[in-house]
Amino acid sequence: MAEARPRTLFDKIWDHHVVETLPDGTALLYIDRHLVHEVTSPQAFEGLRVAGRPVRRPDATIAVVDHNIATDATRRTGITDPESRLQVETLEKNVVEFGVPYIPLLDARQGIVHVIGPEQGLSLPGMTIVCGDSHTSTHGALGALAFGIGTSEVEHVLATQTLLQKPAKNMRVTVDGTLPVGCTAKDIVLAIIGKIGTAGGTGHVIEFAGEAIRALDMAGRMTVCNMSIEAGARAGMVAPDETTFEYVKGKPYAPKGEAFERAVAWWRSLPTDPGAHFDKEVTLRAEDIVPMVSWGTSPEDVLPITSTVPNPSSFADEARQAQVQRMLDYMGLQAGQKLTDLKVDVVFIGSCTNSRIEDMRMAASIVRGRKVADGVRAMVVPGSGLVKQQAEAEGLDRVFQDAGFEWREAGCSMCLGMNPDKLTPGQRCASTSNRNFEGRQGPGGRTHLLSPAMAAAAALAGHLADVREWQPQ
Amino acid sequence: MKPFTNLTGIAAPLPKANVDTDQIIPARFLKTIQRSGLGRHLFANFRFREDGSENPDFVLNQEPYRNAEILVAFENFGCGSSREHAPWALLDFGIRCVIAPDFADIFHNNSFKNGILPVKLPREVCEKLMEDARMGGNARLTVDLERKVVVRPNGEEIPFEVDAFRRHCLLNGLDDIGQTLEHKDSIDSYEARQRSSQPWLYA
Repeated sequence: MAEARPRTLFDKIWDHHVVETLPDGTALLYIDRHLVHEVTSPQAFEGLRVAGRPVRRPDATIAVVDHNIATDATRRTGITDPESRLQVETLEKNVVEFGVPYIPLLDARQGIVHVIGPEQGLSLPGMTIVCGDSHTSTHGALGALAFGIGTSEVEHVLATQTLLQKPAKNMRVTVDGTLPVGCTAKDIVLAIIGKIGTAGGTGHVIEFAGEAIRALDMAGRMTVCNMSIEAGARAGMVAPDETTFEYVKGKPYAPKGEAFERAVAWWRSLPTDPGAHFDKEVTLRAEDIVPMVSWGTSPEDVLPITSTVPNPSSFADEARQAQVQRMLDYMGLQAGQKLTDLKVDVVFIGSCTNSRIEDMRMAASIVRGRKVADGVRAMVVPGSGLVKQQAEAEGLDRVFQDAGFEWREAGCSMCLGMNPDKLTPGQRCASTSNRNFEGRQGPGGRTHLLSPAMAAAAALAGHLADVREWQPQ
Repeated sequence: MKPFTNLTGIAAPLPKANVDTDQIIPARFLKTIQRSGLGRHLFANFRFREDGSENPDFVLNQEPYRNAEILVAFENFGCGSSREHAPWALLDFGIRCVIAPDFADIFHNNSFKNGILPVKLPREVCEKLMEDARMGGNARLTVDLERKVVVRPNGEEIPFEVDAFRRHCLLNGLDDIGQTLEHKDSIDSYEARQRSSQPWLYA
């Protein structure tokens, strides 16, 4: 037998899941977990119905509502928007008709699909995980291969439990050293995207490695993997280790007892072998990272909070100069303004990037004993009902509310402008979400991406602020 | 799926990089449970002003581009959200081919599943095609998937590469699911093996 070629974490999970390789190299890849939500599934279920096909593995599938729903008290009295209501009702009918497990809106476990997957132990190391949502990359934090798919592929997975896929290339982003005080996982990933650009990972699966990544808790690793898609990558991953196993242990759907030990034994074999080949390698030093904030309308347009708004003329080519000018116009910015002088109207702490209990604790530690600045609307939206419960048990809801924050119910909320939580034209928002695209948080809205700690500081200051000047009292 | 073989049509110039799927179709229009009817919301934030009237400055509101079947754009087209509503909206508007230097992965995948051909060509070639597109109705482009060439109005032929399996599916309008189900036995035996080696993955 030939000596085994050293393989990456991605290679190992990929190889393990190939059902069959077709003559042209396309793989039929087995999918272990399929997460379904109301926005990208109705047309897929309709396709099954028309073709008379069942869901192949309802036990490997789970559905939840998150994108469309209100995050205030009105969700208890029924969804008011007729289109949103129809989409939610359609999912509720489909899960009954096709026998798919479902977490209903008023269940304590309800929440953002990328928060509840890991929280319930539905997402495990070594799995292939898909969902009709680009931020499925989040689940790669567990050492899984997790990626977003379109609705045709949702239907394909429902019908066959497989996908037709060409292997991705391997990319490794190593973050050496120790993260400075005031910096978080969000600052790491914004710094990475700033360095490699929004297409820097296209065609690749990124493995995040290095001392600063290993030191992150699971929530931090999820934040980093979540935004891999903002670097264009198919998926992001972190090798499973003791932090991962400790996190998974005891989760409702995780294996128990002897099955857990067997699973861990396999998971330990997954990390990248020494000498495995990466098609692309990037290295950052954690010590160089400064709290980051985005200034433009693409997640690669990020700068340390200590910077000023860039001048279009400082960019090399004419096309980029015109693009930067257009972004400054949209964002209502002048070249040379200090980022810390930008007044904010809204502060949003939430989204699949930053709505876990660790994010809540981080923001609350900055907020405790202080007040939201006059004229700022500040909101905290926990990622799931269970995150909300935990935060309330720790008294974090009081910390936020005493300071003047709204404390809301779980959902995607103001990340994407398809539920009642939206910016109005021209409003400037400090947001812990993942996309600062034009109109993403509502038509004409202006988004600055940053960490939960930085968002908290912005709410207190009334303008973008350096969290290092707002450390816990 | 409607087959894609050979298309001659008006190409609209969209000289921008990073055209994300939130631009192609904003999230507020994703509340549909159908695939059809999204064309009227294509590029809604650019096509329409706040009062709902058409923005005459946007290319797809100008003649002859209202009838465009091809879009020419720059790098990283289709980045961001995985929403298949983006290709559905393009298709419903009448666009069956997008030409750009490169595409975001998920959009690229989604396009093929809906009979839309994404053509990757180098930036300098896209710039030439952008100039052709600016000539409007006098400058139709031909995209020939059988011969894998784009034909410029001056007759110049530009070859492009496309994945063989995807080309086959597009040319014949084939549905992936039907093809995959021909491998049902392999899927059954994969599951049987996995069920015994990793029983925790089965409820």
